[in-house]
Amino acid sequence: MPIPVRDEPPSSPQVMNAFYRRLFPYRPFFLWLNQDQVPSKLFTHREFAFTLAGDVYLRYNSFHTSDEFKKELVRLNPSRFEIGPQYSARPRDRKTLAAGALQPQRRELVFDIDMTDYDEIRTCCTDKKICKRCWGYIAAAVKVLDHALRETFGFRHLLWVYSGRRGIHCWISDQSALDLNDDQRKSLVTFLEVIKGGKEQAKKVNVRGNKDEAELHPALTDALENLKMSFVKLVLHDQDCFGTERGWEALLAILPQDRELIGGLRRDWQSDPTRSSVEKWGDLQQAVASLKKGNQLLFRKFERAMQDVILQYTYPRIDAEVSKHRNHLLKAPFCVHPGTGRVCVPVNPDLVDDFDPETVPTVGDLLNELDKAAAEGGEGGSQRRAEEYDQTSLKPYVEMFEKHVAAVLRDSRGAKRAVKQESMDF
Amino acid sequence: MFRPSTRHNIPSSSSNPALEVKVNKRQSGVGSGSGPSGRYPYRLNFYERPPTLDITLEEFETFAIARLRVLSQIEALSHRSLPFAQLQSAITNYTKQHLLLSSNTARNVNLDEERRRDEIGHWVLRLSFCRSPDLRARFIRSEIALFRNRFETDDINERAQFLRSLEFDWQLVDEGEKSRYEKELRACMWEKKDDAFRAESWFKVPWFTVPDLVGSRRVFIRAGMAHVPQSLQISLVLQAFASRLEKALELTAKNLPRLDEDDRLGPVIDHLASSFLSGVASSDYQSPDSTTAQGIVTAEMVDDVARKHFPPCMRNLYGRLKGDHHLKHFGRLQLGLFLKGIGLPLDEAVVFWRRMYGSTMSDDKFNKEYKYNIRHSYGQEGKRSNYPPKSCQQILTQNQPGTQDAHGCPFRHFSPDNLSSFLTMTYPQIDKSSSEMRDILDSVKSTHYHVACTRVFELTHGIKKGEGLGDNESVAHPNKWTDRSRELEREVLEKIKSKEDDDTMMVDP
Repeated sequence: MPIPVRDEPPSSPQVMNAFYRRLFPYRPFFLWLNQDQVPSKLFTHREFAFTLAGDVYLRYNSFHTSDEFKKELVRLNPSRFEIGPQYSARPRDRKTLAAGALQPQRRELVFDIDMTDYDEIRTCCTDKKICKRCWGYIAAAVKVLDHALRETFGFRHLLWVYSGRRGIHCWISDQSALDLNDDQRKSLVTFLEVIKGGKEQAKKVNVRGNKDEAELHPALTDALENLKMSFVKLVLHDQDCFGTERGWEALLAILPQDRELIGGLRRDWQSDPTRSSVEKWGDLQQAVASLKKGNQLLFRKFERAMQDVILQYTYPRIDAEVSKHRNHLLKAPFCVHPGTGRVCVPVNPDLVDDFDPETVPTVGDLLNELDKAAAEGGEGGSQRRAEEYDQTSLKPYVEMFEKHVAAVLRDSRGAKRAVKQESMDF
Repeated sequence: MFRPSTRHNIPSSSSNPALEVKVNKRQSGVGSGSGPSGRYPYRLNFYERPPTLDITLEEFETFAIARLRVLSQIEALSHRSLPFAQLQSAITNYTKQHLLLSSNTARNVNLDEERRRDEIGHWVLRLSFCRSPDLRARFIRSEIALFRNRFETDDINERAQFLRSLEFDWQLVDEGEKSRYEKELRACMWEKKDDAFRAESWFKVPWFTVPDLVGSRRVFIRAGMAHVPQSLQISLVLQAFASRLEKALELTAKNLPRLDEDDRLGPVIDHLASSFLSGVASSDYQSPDSTTAQGIVTAEMVDDVARKHFPPCMRNLYGRLKGDHHLKHFGRLQLGLFLKGIGLPLDEAVVFWRRMYGSTMSDDKFNKEYKYNIRHSYGQEGKRSNYPPKSCQQILTQNQPGTQDAHGCPFRHFSPDNLSSFLTMTYPQIDKSSSEMRDILDSVKSTHYHVACTRVFELTHGIKKGEGLGDNESVAHPNKWTDRSRELEREVLEKIKSKEDDDTMMVDP
């Protein structure tokens, strides 16, 4: 059954409808949220919010089963939908409940990194655009955050998902993550958050206590080691952040205001504006090294400041509000981004450097592939597969997702057995 | 939970420890002798077991009120952002007067009676504070502050005994691990000396049990376990106290309806909670006469008022809005509520924002996405609560501006260079290299943002240093700046007017 809608915008209602009917991976999606084969509160008391055409926003939907969810998704045909927490009751029943009885309880710990926060330090694109080059910032951020969440906080089930345009989300499904309350989430975010301050704050990294001279926290020392490489490759070579006058002035503004050293650098760079960022960083290193003999105190100060520069240009800029509250809604994996038509696919954090947002399949591509497969397969109805996405380039992504889900399920089953055992003891 | 002395009819239920009522003989220790008894061996108390003794209705109320007074005092003190030591001594002094609790070594004191008072007060207040999440949170916060104060002022030996009695299962970091992570552990210590490191020992606990230490990066964390040094043990204890209390309060809330059967306790409990609420709400800004005395501000007038009467934070937001024809969410909120506070009515607010966005946005988009929020902040949508304008305290501490945000407090959220150029641009009265500017920047450096802001007010209104908003009051709310500024203007106008009147009188024959 061909669908004659290929020339429409990337995500027209017809396309979306075909996507929800034929391609969306309901089974793993359900298992991922539910963490069990039988519908549990993690699914039935979970909020889903739909964005329909014309910016109609439907909140507090909930479903008894995966099938009911699918039926409603196909019927409403939203341009996107978001996932909230498990509430103390079914969100759809909220009007029958006493005021304040609907409280968020459990929820995956989520993170959102968005390219907008990098606008001041990327030189290749602005606004809504993203290219392989500025993806480098996201890649650096993912590596550091993934490392910190696993090594420092001991989480194991991290799902990284491309947000469809210029960002990335992370969903953590560990039992201990689901159980965190808002205070604990907030403290974790504060721990991880390094870049702070508004437009008017030049130096946005202040992680060394009041006097600005304490040692870095071990977790940040760790991150810094990882980021040094990215800094050279990304900020100096690729983005050439200090190439323009605006760029190098931004750098000088966040260094300690030592008139001699800063003034010297400014003079040199103004007289030879063609010096690349790599050369300028070298100039700075040299100037700082020359302090070592004469002025130990100032040398240390600059050394610390240069570490802070690396952090400011490469450390993950997370959208803290998203992670702090359980009831924050976040776009679901495998949604289609309404603007680009790209599917929000999982990303392997180990291969995030190679990920190219441009090559992510769009919903139009996928439907074309389906048509083509149908034409080639002819009338072979007998060997019709269980899932149609197997015939498209969505397949590897779903497989990656399924593998993640299987690991989550193994752990949650273990957790449940432990609870049962305990209750048997009585 | 409490059986009033006139045996009445609260049904006891064994499924519910929080409200369990047991008919007990008066404990022999009560009312007699000194020295700690079996029920109260320590001065500190985690309030794990409800008191199972007879209480008269009068005691029920008076003990609760005594404790309530202390708690609301603590809450008021903590809003005043005093330095930690000063806060602690203020609490200590106040509790000494109103809710004395002596250590075991104290003489000539009826320890049991003191501790019984303390305990009963706590448990009665649980009943009145369990009913809403907001009340629970405030109760817990104040109780923690009280407990902390007592913990820190307690006798060292007694405290150690008390801790042992709680039987926490904290895992000690052994020597091998200590030397393996020496570098990391040291990086998290304040004290850098070798001896200090050798003498220190660490507990390993799941990181989420000490959120305050995690948030301030004061502990080393690995594989989900926070390594808490002995010196920060207080955090562990407080956390345990808070989480147990929180759970108990939720349980109490669930079971509270059963208490309705006793119609003598209900009113007392209600009254306690409401008096706590009314006593502390006064820190919010109220604009009682903004529509009458100051008159309504219309959308047209905003520009003029802004030039003359806006505090720096609002000048900045308004300037940004005028330049960019856009503000991000928290910026809109901060400015919008402020405008409401100075007397901009809802329909004028809609006109104002529509005009500000200008051609950057279609009418359709504005009506759909922005009008709702404006109406919401005026209490016309959603849960219909009429939000008060944000205070300096809120602006300084809540919703820190992100990289693209313009809201917040210029004194706190601008770098010194940008602050000084912002101030000189906005207020021609202030010179960039003047001593006043240095004064302001010094205050900012020592994080006394309100002092800096007050100084700007004085300079721009030709007021003597130190007078502030009158009576040495410093700026604690943006709307207070504006109110006072308009008041000053009116005074000047009236003076001129009366002078003119005088002049005309003179001319008259």
